[in-house]
This record gives sequence, structure tokens and C-alpha cells, in this order.
Amino acid sequence: MTDYEHHDYDVLIIGAGGAGLRAAIEAKQRGLSVGIVTKSLLGKAHTVMAEGGMAAAMGNVYPEDNWQVHFRDTMRGGKFLNNYRMAELHAKEAPARVMELEQWGALFDRTKDGKILQRDFGGHRYARLAHVGDRTGLELIRTLQQKVVSMGTDVFMECKVLRLVHDEHGAIAGAVAYWRPTGQFVTFGAKSIILATGGVGKSWKFTSNSWESTGDGHAMALWAGAELIDMEAIQFHPTGMVWPLSVRGLLVTEGVRGDGGVLRNSNGERFMFNYVADMFRAETAESEEEADRWYEDHSAGRRPPELLPRDEVARAINAEVKNGRGSPHGGVFLDIGSRRSAEFIRRRLPSMYHQFMELAGVDITRESMEIGPTCHYIMGGVKVDADTAATRVPGLFAAGEVAGGMHGANRLGGNSLSDLVVFGQRAGLGAAAYLEGGSGPRGFDRGEVEAAIAQATAPFERESGENPYDIQRDLQEMMQANVGIIRNGPEIEEALVALEALSERVRHVAVTGGRAYNPGWNLATDLPSMITVSKCTARGALERRESRGGHTREDFPKADPEFGTFNLAHSVADGRWDGEFTTVRSPLLVMPDELKALLEEAH
Amino acid sequence: MSQVTMRVWRGDANGGDFQEFALERQEGEVVLDVIHRIQATEAPDLACRWNCKAGKCGSCAAEINGKPRLMCMTRMDQLPEGPVTVTPMRTFPIIRDLVTDVSFNFAMAERVPALLPPPMPEDGYRMYQEDVERGQEFRKCIECFMCQDVCHVIRDHEENKQHYAGPRFFIRYAELEMHPLDTNDRRDYVREEMGLGYCNITKCCTEVCPEHIKITDNAIIPMKERVVDAHYDPVAWLGRKIRRRTKRTASEASVQPQP
Repeated sequence: MTDYEHHDYDVLIIGAGGAGLRAAIEAKQRGLSVGIVTKSLLGKAHTVMAEGGMAAAMGNVYPEDNWQVHFRDTMRGGKFLNNYRMAELHAKEAPARVMELEQWGALFDRTKDGKILQRDFGGHRYARLAHVGDRTGLELIRTLQQKVVSMGTDVFMECKVLRLVHDEHGAIAGAVAYWRPTGQFVTFGAKSIILATGGVGKSWKFTSNSWESTGDGHAMALWAGAELIDMEAIQFHPTGMVWPLSVRGLLVTEGVRGDGGVLRNSNGERFMFNYVADMFRAETAESEEEADRWYEDHSAGRRPPELLPRDEVARAINAEVKNGRGSPHGGVFLDIGSRRSAEFIRRRLPSMYHQFMELAGVDITRESMEIGPTCHYIMGGVKVDADTAATRVPGLFAAGEVAGGMHGANRLGGNSLSDLVVFGQRAGLGAAAYLEGGSGPRGFDRGEVEAAIAQATAPFERESGENPYDIQRDLQEMMQANVGIIRNGPEIEEALVALEALSERVRHVAVTGGRAYNPGWNLATDLPSMITVSKCTARGALERRESRGGHTREDFPKADPEFGTFNLAHSVADGRWDGEFTTVRSPLLVMPDELKALLEEAH
Repeated sequence: MSQVTMRVWRGDANGGDFQEFALERQEGEVVLDVIHRIQATEAPDLACRWNCKAGKCGSCAAEINGKPRLMCMTRMDQLPEGPVTVTPMRTFPIIRDLVTDVSFNFAMAERVPALLPPPMPEDGYRMYQEDVERGQEFRKCIECFMCQDVCHVIRDHEENKQHYAGPRFFIRYAELEMHPLDTNDRRDYVREEMGLGYCNITKCCTEVCPEHIKITDNAIIPMKERVVDAHYDPVAWLGRKIRRRTKRTASEASVQPQP
């Protein structure tokens, strides 16, 4: 048996974005020993990309806002597929989680009377997003990072976890990982593990996600015995850059529309007025005049249709392009330059101004942006208990994007950053309660460690084989084409066949060079996760024969009330990444009557 | 489209050399796109850091034609004709190819005495936009560490890394010093332990900042003035002591507040 570098912790946190860091703070404050493992450097996680803000019903701009309205907005946005208890806790606790960030140094933009300023976003009835210009994610991650560092937490940077390790009874006992700079393996003994690994977007061709979003946490949870739910619910953000091609998919914040930007087709028409679903008709403006009055005063008109939930807007853009009314590079136009002053735009949207100026040579204070949908977020994820973030595997917890349920079939903008801190904190609490109960691993399955290492190093032993980059590219193109924004049965079936073929190719991947900082090898070790989560997405997409939120079937274009009563839950029996997957219907939690009443409340 | 030659430094702590790659130019590409194309074809083990590819995470800093830049925000069509040279940041030890060991910066981050605010009122703190704006400028920092890379105090003098925080952390100290809620006094600490005096305000850091933070003018020079006030001017020191009763002494300041 080989000896590896080894570390022991009460709580091992995998992922150093908003959820992982918030969980670490909570666990540290409870006196537990905490290790954080991250694939990148500290402070570079995908949270840093979040732009517009974090949603919390603080009522600083509209005093009539409260958790009940936020809960209702979240459930409606999620097309009622949400874990209601998560949506409830999130709406109730987000204000406290946002405000405490200021104790740790965050500096949000202010109202005139010195409170945290809140901005409008799609699907939120009131201006609700605490923000710092259009770099709110940076503020969140830096604040949490600085707090974690000041508490003296061990952070394992550029360290990739391959597998979770069990004890002899199937409880979580630790993990096996490798250092990217050296390629050396490292094992962690952990009484509990919190997954906070973010999303899966790197499996699509046009994505706002970075190289890290390969679904490692989703996949490791599944392999370890947890269930994944709602994996077909993928959010395509309506506004990604479409040109130049090299930046296609790069995010353009919803804040542009929140601050007055509108969408136009090649005829110059504000086409969103033609795409208002019945569910949102009563609260959406009927004319441009009414919509424009709303920006000044929310009681003077109803919301502009550009601020419908993201799934609605993304589908509308897709339809305009398909019907020949798109922009020259296959998107539509997002115009704020003709509607707001240059000074306003540069102050409110400085990084958008910068991004378009530098990368596309477009001055957004004078010209329209060309934008189109981009893969942005997965609503689905590890099935957890709302209050504790616990999975069905003893000792395993999940928070943030890797957890499922909070957002149902579609996430509202701004609800992710608040999700991270609300459920990051709850995961820290959940792990602490688990340990206080005297639970903990008995044993450490060395066999799992050796198997994971053997699998990871196999590509070096093959004399010839597939280039991992070729497999990744083919996966991305296939998922984009077959399990993209608009889906149908035959194409998804094709995808499932293609995924089997891709799995076979992954088994023959070969890499050159050594293990020290070798991106080709790093990618080879990410591919099993990418294939695993893509399979769950495709299986869920095939089984859900309706359209709901971030899952649109052209062969079943309407929502089906029966499908609105359950999540699709995936599991794999033997823990193999290429093993037999099972998909079952998992009934939604039953909502108490007083919460149901909130949903039925007229606007 | 024409061809471009990329001269990429490859090697590790034991040494290395330039490797040339000839590629077709593609419209709108940035340097990072070209590096990625090299990885996907000729050199899958070419090491570089990147994450967001949008100038927001600061991972992909390198020296392009000898100048520190973010690879993701440097358009190929705006570089001069001829081969494009890409080398790792020189101030930090090499790990491999374009990846350097930037742990110096994380060690310095650990030594920053954290914010020490008064207890939060139930409905949150009140701060005014004009008071938070100074700090917000410094909090735009994406930690690309290019300011550290060009700072000659550490670029040419490895030994100074023991007692010199560098521009990235001088803006952090300035941010905390100007924070409306902070009661920690780090002025002596930043002079005695963090080497603020070594900076002779050549503004190299300001020039390379991708966030256009006025590091020298808005952070380092005001910090130098405050440090001088605190240390040498008894009248100003007394005045401050009276006006800013809440600030702690320097010896207390180097202690982290309780979690």
C-alpha cells in the first residue's frame, strides 16, 4: 500500500466559492477543524463572475417587500418544482446573511439614507438585489475569502478531488485528491464533507462557465451514493455575448435590463411584448410607455417584459433568431445606450462597458450589444434536506449550485449569491450538528483510494489514445446540439447513445507529459464527471415529457400538471462513473397551507 | 487570415526555453484563445492558469511581449506585427510554463489584521455612498498580482519579500484604513512590518492595473501621509487620538479580531 500525504479534518469543504467559504466560516465559528480544497487559487471560483447582485427582501428601496413576496417570486420563477422549504428558508434568511457580510468588510452600494441599495432584476417583484455596481460576485468572494483567511483556515489550492471515500458502513470518511502543481496524490480523512463545487456548464459549447465547472461535486455525490434531482433543468442565460466568436457565451449581466436596457430584433422592435406567458400577463406591462414608467416608480406601471424570468426571455430570443429577425452574428440586440446617459452606464455597469469595449470594440453607451442565450447555471443537483443540507449519505452535505431543489425548474437572477450564503451557512451548521451527535466514520476504504488513483493515472500508461481535448470538444458540441435550450425526444435519445460512445472514448484517453501542472491530464480527470452529469441531464430531459423552466421540449411544448408533482432523481448503484444509472420519480415535498396561500395571492 | 507565430516560454524551476508555434489568426481572438488552441492541438500539457476569461478573476496574468497583461483581455489584433512572446510573471518562482508560484501574495494576505467593526445594529450598518466609494475603488482589485510583478522592490530583490507587502496589499491596507466602520489602526504596522517606506512611488503598479485602480495616488501616497502623521507629527497624532478615539494602537492592531 502506497503512503500518500494525508490530512485529517472534522469538516472537509470541497470548493471555495461563496457556498464553500460561507460553510467554512460557520464550521470554524463552531470550533471545528476545517480544510478547504479548491481546484483553482483562492478567490478565483466562479462566484467571482456573478455580476448583478444578491437577492434579499431587506425592503431598503421598497419597504413593502418581505420574505413572503420573495418566496412567492422564487416559487413562480421555479415553476413550482422547487423544494418549498429551501425557498422558504432562503427568503427568510437572505437579509441576515447579506447584512452580516458588512461585518466582514463588504461595501455594497448605498441608498441615500445609508442602507444597502437594491436593484431590479427579472422575476423579482421589487428592487431586491444588494449589489456593488456589476461586480457583486467579486465583492462576495473577496469578503468571505478575507474572513476565512483571517480565521486561519487551511486552504488546499489547485488541488483536485477525484473521489469521496467511505468508511466500512458507507458513511463519509474522506476523499482522495491530487495537487495540480506537482501531480502528487493526497488523501483527506474527514468526519464530514461539504460539497460546494458549483456547476456543470463546461459540458456545453456556448457557456458563461469557466474550465472548473465540470460537475465534479455532482458526479462525486452520485458515485458516493447520493441522488441527483432536476438535472434536466439547465439555465440558459438570455444575454451572453455572441461576437467575437472567441468570447461567445460570455455573460452580460441582467443588470443591463434591470437598469433600463431593452431587447430589440433586427426590425428594431421590442419583441418581448409578444412573448408574455399567461402566468405573468397580469403583472407585465402592455406597452412601452407603461414599461418605461415602471423604472421610475413601480406603482406607476407594470414590469417591462424584458424582466420576465430568464427561461422566458431566453426562449423568446431563440425564437426571434430562428424566425430570421436576429442580429448579424446570430443574436438579438440589447440596447441601453439610447436609453440611459453615458455617465449612468459607466457608473452602474462599469465591467460591461469595459468588457464590450475591450473584447468587441463596442461602446455600449452609444451602440447596441449583440447577445444570445448562453449556458449559465444548473438548477438541478444533489438532493439535500433543506434545513441541514444533508444528503442521504451519512456525513455528506451539499450547498450552492451543486445542491438541487432551491430553484426548481428555473432560477431567478440574484437568487444564486443569496443561496450560497444561506445554504453555505446551513451546511456548516448541519455538519456541526452531525458531529455533535457523535457521528463519524469508522475506517477508511483504502480500496476506493487506490481505485481512484489507478483510474486517474491510467491515461499515462496508454501508448496511444484519444486527446482529452477532442473528447471535450465533441461532448460540448453534442450537448449544445442535442440537449440545448430547445430539445426533442429523438435528439435526446441520440445524445444518450452518443454519451455511451464518449464514455468508451474516455476509457481510451491518453495524455503526454508529466503529472506536474499538466492541463491535458487535468482535463482527462474531469471527463468522467462531465460525462456522468451529462448523462443525468439527458436522462432527465428524455423522461420529463413537458416544458417547464429550464427544460423545453418542442415535442411537449406545454407544462403538464402531473409532471409538476415530482422531481426526477438519479442514482448509480455500484458507484462506477460508467455504471448503470437509475432514474425515478421523487414526489415533491408537501407544502403547508399557509405557504400555498402565499402563492395563490393575487398580485 | 494570416499566420501568427507565438513564442511561449516553456520549462520549470530547473530552466526552460521558448517554444514556437505557428497558427492561423482568427477574428477577434485574445492571447488566451491562442494559448488554448495550442493546448488543444500541439501541446496539451502547456501549463497556464485561467478561469473566467472575462477579466474578472485575474488568473491569467502573464508577460506578453515583456509587459504584464491579462491574456484574456489582450486582443491579438492590437499587438504589433510579428511574433508574440508570452512569458510567465518574472517576480514569482516558476511552477511550469506560464504558471508561477504566487503563494507570496497569499502569505501576505494572512498577515493583514482584519476589519474590526463595532457590533452591527439590528437593522444593519449605515454608511454613505461617498464614504464607501474610496474603499470600493480598491475592492475592484481582481488579484491578478501584476502590480506585484512589476514592483521593482520585489521584482529585483527577492530578499525584500520578507518585509514588503507590495502594491496589492497597500491598497488593502488603504481600504481598511479608509473603511467607515473600521476601528483597527494599522499605520505603524504597515510602516514597520509591511515596508510601506520601500515604495518610491514610480507608479509602475498603477500603469499595469487592469482595473485602473489609482494605486499610487489614491492608496499608497495617502497611506504614506497617514503613517507619517501617526508617527512623526505629535500635534496631528494628538488630534487624531482625540477625534478617532475608536482606533486601536498599533500593537493591538496586529492581532486578528475574534471570529
